[in-house]
Amino acid sequence: MSRIDDAFRRIRAEKRTGLITYVTAGDPSLAMTADILKRIDAAGADVLEVGVPFSDPLADGPVIQRATERALAGGATLAGVLDMIAGVRSDIRAPIVIFSYANPILRMGLDAFVSRAREVGVDGVLTLDVPPEESGEWRRRFRSAGIDTIFLLSPTTTVERIRRAGALGSGFLYGISRLGVTGARETVADSAEALAVRVRHETSMPLALGFGVSRPEHVRAIGQWADAAVVGSALVNVIAEHGGKPDLLDQVERYVRWLQS
Amino acid sequence: MSTNWFGRRDPDARGYFGEFGGRFVPETLVAPIEALEREYLDARRDPAFSTELDRLLRHYVGRPTPLWEAARLGTACGGVRVFLKREDLTHTGAHKINNALGQALLAKRMGKTRIVAETGAGQHGVASATACALLGLECVVYMGTEDMRRQALNVFRMRLLGARVEGVDSGSRTLKDAINEAMRDWVARPDDTHYLLGSALGPHPYPLMVREFQSVIGREARQQCLEQAGRLPDAVIACVGGGSNAIGIFDAFIDDPTVRLIGVEAGGEAITPGRHAARFAGGAAGILQGTRTWVLQDAHGNIEPTHSISAGLDYAAVGPEHAYLESTARAEYHYATDADALAGFQELARLEGIIPALESAHAIAYLRRAARDFGPDAVLLVNLSGRGDKDVQTVEGLLKEADRVAN
Repeated sequence: MSRIDDAFRRIRAEKRTGLITYVTAGDPSLAMTADILKRIDAAGADVLEVGVPFSDPLADGPVIQRATERALAGGATLAGVLDMIAGVRSDIRAPIVIFSYANPILRMGLDAFVSRAREVGVDGVLTLDVPPEESGEWRRRFRSAGIDTIFLLSPTTTVERIRRAGALGSGFLYGISRLGVTGARETVADSAEALAVRVRHETSMPLALGFGVSRPEHVRAIGQWADAAVVGSALVNVIAEHGGKPDLLDQVERYVRWLQS
Repeated sequence: MSTNWFGRRDPDARGYFGEFGGRFVPETLVAPIEALEREYLDARRDPAFSTELDRLLRHYVGRPTPLWEAARLGTACGGVRVFLKREDLTHTGAHKINNALGQALLAKRMGKTRIVAETGAGQHGVASATACALLGLECVVYMGTEDMRRQALNVFRMRLLGARVEGVDSGSRTLKDAINEAMRDWVARPDDTHYLLGSALGPHPYPLMVREFQSVIGREARQQCLEQAGRLPDAVIACVGGGSNAIGIFDAFIDDPTVRLIGVEAGGEAITPGRHAARFAGGAAGILQGTRTWVLQDAHGNIEPTHSISAGLDYAAVGPEHAYLESTARAEYHYATDADALAGFQELARLEGIIPALESAHAIAYLRRAARDFGPDAVLLVNLSGRGDKDVQTVEGLLKEADRVAN
């Protein structure tokens, strides 16, 4: 039973909508990311996604692209992100999911990455550009280290591939509730419900829905169809706005609490 | 590696050439790419599709393009016989049109109404805008702002042809960033949009599809060489950015073991990080923009900036089939520097009355070394992938600068 399984079991037992947060590690600095993660955890988030900055984030919209550029300019690397997690793991209750593009992991070496990730207490890995069909090696090594492999689903994902992701993945499935790159939107798309219904029909694995979540009503809306909502760009925006200011951590904690209100 | 319906060398069912290739894309792109693969494989078996493409290539593009024996250049290179495959004489002035028309026809067949494309030197953007004008498709071309500056003439040509040119101001503001942006566009609008990728790069089936649309170059050139030289060439030489003109001419010769296949990458100013685009000289295996291949990257897996005098070769990854051909030693890859290319550019103009694209000038520049290696009587076939009108301003600036420094 992984820490991620526990988190979703608790969410279901408490009959509430879980909250998953994404932050780009290293924005504004890795030291600040460590403190941000502790505050988000204290504010009650159920799963923490930690984004590894990459030079070519082709699945991301402008907000996360800019955060990535700031993080890279500050010298953040995959190795540095894992070191940072090592430093905060014991202070954080929530499971931690590494959110990365394939190349930084491949460059470190799959074996070296898996062994270090296990050592520092990473609970799951979502590799944006490694769909189930390409995930064989990755999945086997993650599983042998007790790390969950999280897959994305989108409104264009076929039923057959939903089944495949359900069978091959573990922990939870991450549904992208609309097309396009990451970014906060005013309302949650209708396609979120349609996707959730299709996923529910195929698998009982916990489902999180994201892309476009920025307000508590979005979280509540998603709660009608899924186990948890993912907030990414909107939170990265809060960090960007308050990045250099003394109230950054308070703002982050307040925002994460507000989303759950 | 499996053999396909036509007995040609196809990647395996997952799009791998050996250990290179594959389909490393965000989830949202999987369904549109699978649909594209189905439609492409279907179109490839459909005689009506190839008949229509052949008609366009013949009467609109002007194929077959000539094979020109560059006798004065051959003499200057020490007595070798040099044959130039004149892709510069196609409509729009580069080999890019072969693939652009093929994919635009495919997009129409799929019922798409909108095309997005990336461009580096602008030749693929011009070819895409041309194909869209001809076939009545909306066209949006993403182009790095640095490249828009370097290739202003082509920006204007695309606009004349009715395309919208979107400047990309992220990253290095060159080809790689334009591809990121084109993919982001496609992710958001997969239903009505086809992504017309211009090189033998990206996720499966693009490397296969682009090779097949470009393989007409090699088929013609092989036949023409047999007719004119009376034998196969000793080497086929082509510049390699993503590698579509090279794979297009190599393809017909892969089963000819006596023919050496030589790709020429952009050596830029020096083989130090950020100053070149010679992936086999300074790269490592990695995953970029959908495919596993050789990539210029730093110790942490971030993509390194690149430099080349030619925007079309200024890219951090190479097409996966080239990585495969290199791994099996079927093809070899060398580089020519900016200075070499500039010299090749001028030499071809003066000796043959042909102004090549700066990209193609890298292949011309390599001729002298090849001539030394092969000795007199060698037959060397060079793909002259494009013409140099787009580059004359850049070259004028560089030559003035060189004069100023010299004096």
